[in-house]
Amino acid sequence: MLAYALRRLLLALPLLLGITFVSFVVIHLAPGDPSELQSGDLSMQHSAQAYKQMREEYGLDKSLPVQYWNWLSRLVRLDFGRSFAPDGRPVLAKIGERLPITLLLNVVEMLIIVSLAVPIGVLSATRQYSTFDKITTMFVFIGFATPDFWLALLLMILFGVRLDWLPVSGLRSLNWEYLSFWRQQWDFLGHLALPILVATFGGLAGFSRYMRQSMLEVIRQDYIQSARAKGLAERVVVGKHALRNALLPIVTILGLSLPGLIGGSVIVEWIFAIPGMGQLMVQAAFERDYPVLMGNLVIVSTLTLTANLAADIAYSLVDPRIRVGRRRR
Amino acid sequence: MKRLRRLGVLIALVVVAAGCTGEAGGGAGERKTGAILPAYGDSLIEASIGNVSSLIPNITSDSASHEVGDLMYNGLVTLDRDLNVVGELAKSWKLAKDCLTLDFQLNPTVRWHDGKPMTADDVVFTWETTVNPKTPSPYKSDFQDVERVEAAGPHDVRVVYKRPYAKALLSWALPILPRHLLESYVKAGKIKEAPQNWTAPVGTGPYRFKEMKSGEKIVVVANPEYFKGRPNISRVVYRIIPSQATIFLEVKAKGVDVAGLTALQYKRQTEYPAFEKAYNKYRYPGAGYTYFGFNLKDPRFADRRVRLAFAHAINKQGLLDGVVLGLGRPATGSFRPGTWADNPAVKGIPYDLKRAQTLLAEAGWKRSDGGLLEKDGKPFTFELLTNQGNDERKKIAEIIQASLRELGVTVEIRILEWAAFLKEHIKKRQFDAIVLGWGTGADPDQYVVWHSSQMGPDDLNHISYSNPEVDALLEAGRSSCHQAERVRFYHRLHQVLADDQPVIFLYWRDALPVVSNRIFGIDPGPAGIKWNFTDWFVPKHLQRYTAG
Repeated sequence: MLAYALRRLLLALPLLLGITFVSFVVIHLAPGDPSELQSGDLSMQHSAQAYKQMREEYGLDKSLPVQYWNWLSRLVRLDFGRSFAPDGRPVLAKIGERLPITLLLNVVEMLIIVSLAVPIGVLSATRQYSTFDKITTMFVFIGFATPDFWLALLLMILFGVRLDWLPVSGLRSLNWEYLSFWRQQWDFLGHLALPILVATFGGLAGFSRYMRQSMLEVIRQDYIQSARAKGLAERVVVGKHALRNALLPIVTILGLSLPGLIGGSVIVEWIFAIPGMGQLMVQAAFERDYPVLMGNLVIVSTLTLTANLAADIAYSLVDPRIRVGRRRR
Repeated sequence: MKRLRRLGVLIALVVVAAGCTGEAGGGAGERKTGAILPAYGDSLIEASIGNVSSLIPNITSDSASHEVGDLMYNGLVTLDRDLNVVGELAKSWKLAKDCLTLDFQLNPTVRWHDGKPMTADDVVFTWETTVNPKTPSPYKSDFQDVERVEAAGPHDVRVVYKRPYAKALLSWALPILPRHLLESYVKAGKIKEAPQNWTAPVGTGPYRFKEMKSGEKIVVVANPEYFKGRPNISRVVYRIIPSQATIFLEVKAKGVDVAGLTALQYKRQTEYPAFEKAYNKYRYPGAGYTYFGFNLKDPRFADRRVRLAFAHAINKQGLLDGVVLGLGRPATGSFRPGTWADNPAVKGIPYDLKRAQTLLAEAGWKRSDGGLLEKDGKPFTFELLTNQGNDERKKIAEIIQASLRELGVTVEIRILEWAAFLKEHIKKRQFDAIVLGWGTGADPDQYVVWHSSQMGPDDLNHISYSNPEVDALLEAGRSSCHQAERVRFYHRLHQVLADDQPVIFLYWRDALPVVSNRIFGIDPGPAGIKWNFTDWFVPKHLQRYTAG
């Protein structure tokens, strides 16, 4: 097992290298460069001289392979460099201050989605074509079809402007530092309510469908028939025998969405003025802020590779078929 | 001194109350009842779409950084309500007749936020910082004609120019930076790594830095030792909200006190009593104009008659009404209306399809049987480029397309992402025609836009315009530092550009801010509304944010 993990780990390194190289090239293929955008944003104050100076400062006057090599040699020393955006701050500092809020939002959202999607999926599978199933199906399609930004604006108008129950945007009230500790938490929660609601609505639809589908497949299996024939209560059949197996694909999907947790939802962050990763990345893309884009990419791809590795190892631990297969080799 | 300033506020109030009836509506009635006295306290919350990229405005050009920077720093001079240059850190100044020396006498009572006195040496340092090749300053060109800057005494600065420079005085509106905190960073070429750039800016301005949450907000608090007296509003929170729709909802929910609106929001979505009770709306000419420009290397557009014909074919007022609901003014040229360089005698080109057709016929373009305009068997077809993300420009392109169809000209619209648009098309001159805008500064010099020497790939004369008379006027205009002389050159330039139409000047859009009507003391003018910000106040009984 250990040897297997090590081998996989070694294989992951060249893969990571390949990912960064291809991304580096692709990112630089996009027309325009940061010095151009900063010095040439068409206000009359700027000059060709400022533009040239910036290119030199960023090392953009060198050839692409040289630029990649420089970036890579810094990276192995864990130096992600400084942002090309006008603030020129270290990439890790920029990502570091944005990551916590995105992570928080996405983890909470994921927990809510899973805890709602599983029961919804199970119920609509076991009562296929019942009224409950039909209502949830309809709800799910509405969820799929509703654009995030539109739903967000409607909710902001309703709860923020008309009813005045919740804040419209942001993370904290402006008098936050003068509130008591518990009032601060309550205030923070109020600010997160709408973004989480919007983000959950879309995700819930997908997940509950997966759950329903997976459950439907399992309850048609022979062993479920035998469990029923054995005279087990329906609750035990569904809750114990069927659910466990039906959850397997869901776990896979969850594992794959792990890297997405740090990606952030661009639209939700944009509309609700939440300074998270999604906003940072979109801005970096528009500004051609290569170090920030690459920094994020390295983190996400490392996470993806690790998650894949962890998932494979977990499978081999959990699923006897995979384990047996390995031993035979 | 202080009493005088108060008096200024009261006079300003009268002006506002008088001006309220038209635009500002709701609050007017309240204001006339009882004496409204200036008071200290309360917070003001402002929203902005753009991120702040630096707390040292000298090294950035984005407007958000400058708005925040204006609260924390001062220049030697500044602009008043009517865009006249007035002293700020400088008590007085003297510009030699030959425009080659400029002497400033500084206000000796000014102190940095950390308590150290501000001296002539800091002014010298600010200049050294700006021209230091390692400093990424976008304002270097303002100082390329400076031979030296020296401290003639603790509060006397002498600037010596190599040749007369028109913007000499105005360029000293540059925020002055503290030598004792920044020198080591500037020398090492690492000004962006200084704590003053991100976590602890120190200036001389009316507000002191309190905190910044990246991408979320910046908080500044009143500086009680400000040399012009403590500002009235005790805290300013600058919130960053990237979506214009969200800003508008925050305004409706009264979560934001000052914000700019879009034309649609201003005209159609805020005309209800509850809104008008809570906010005053303002409207003044903005600093930018939008134009329809041509690649003048293309022989079709190099012909002045074609450009004039197009100008006659576009109904500017109709375009203005359609694109920004009439909240702007048709442009006759590139000088901000109402400023001294603007020549009010220049007339716009009237909407006149007959005249347009005659001009095109003179230029050799004939209508074919199919109704298309042709010359030597080739139809008149071109591509009109503009950038993505600007709804106004997209609409303008569509209106131009429809207008020119009347003449038999086929226009294809193409909308591109900004970076690609700049790099692949503007810089490489790979375009037929464009819809774009120019922002204008406080000085009317437009050498870099129109002069024939500015056609290089990184220069700003994208349209490749070359006109000897224009070149001469631009050179004359920028080599004098006396406004009385410069006026002549710029008035003439305005006329020449209007006759030649190197681009079709479309309109100046209005700035459309709303301000919570608990805030008093606002006196909108050509300089906008923020120029007297330190005089704004909230009367005691209307103060909302009392904590802190």
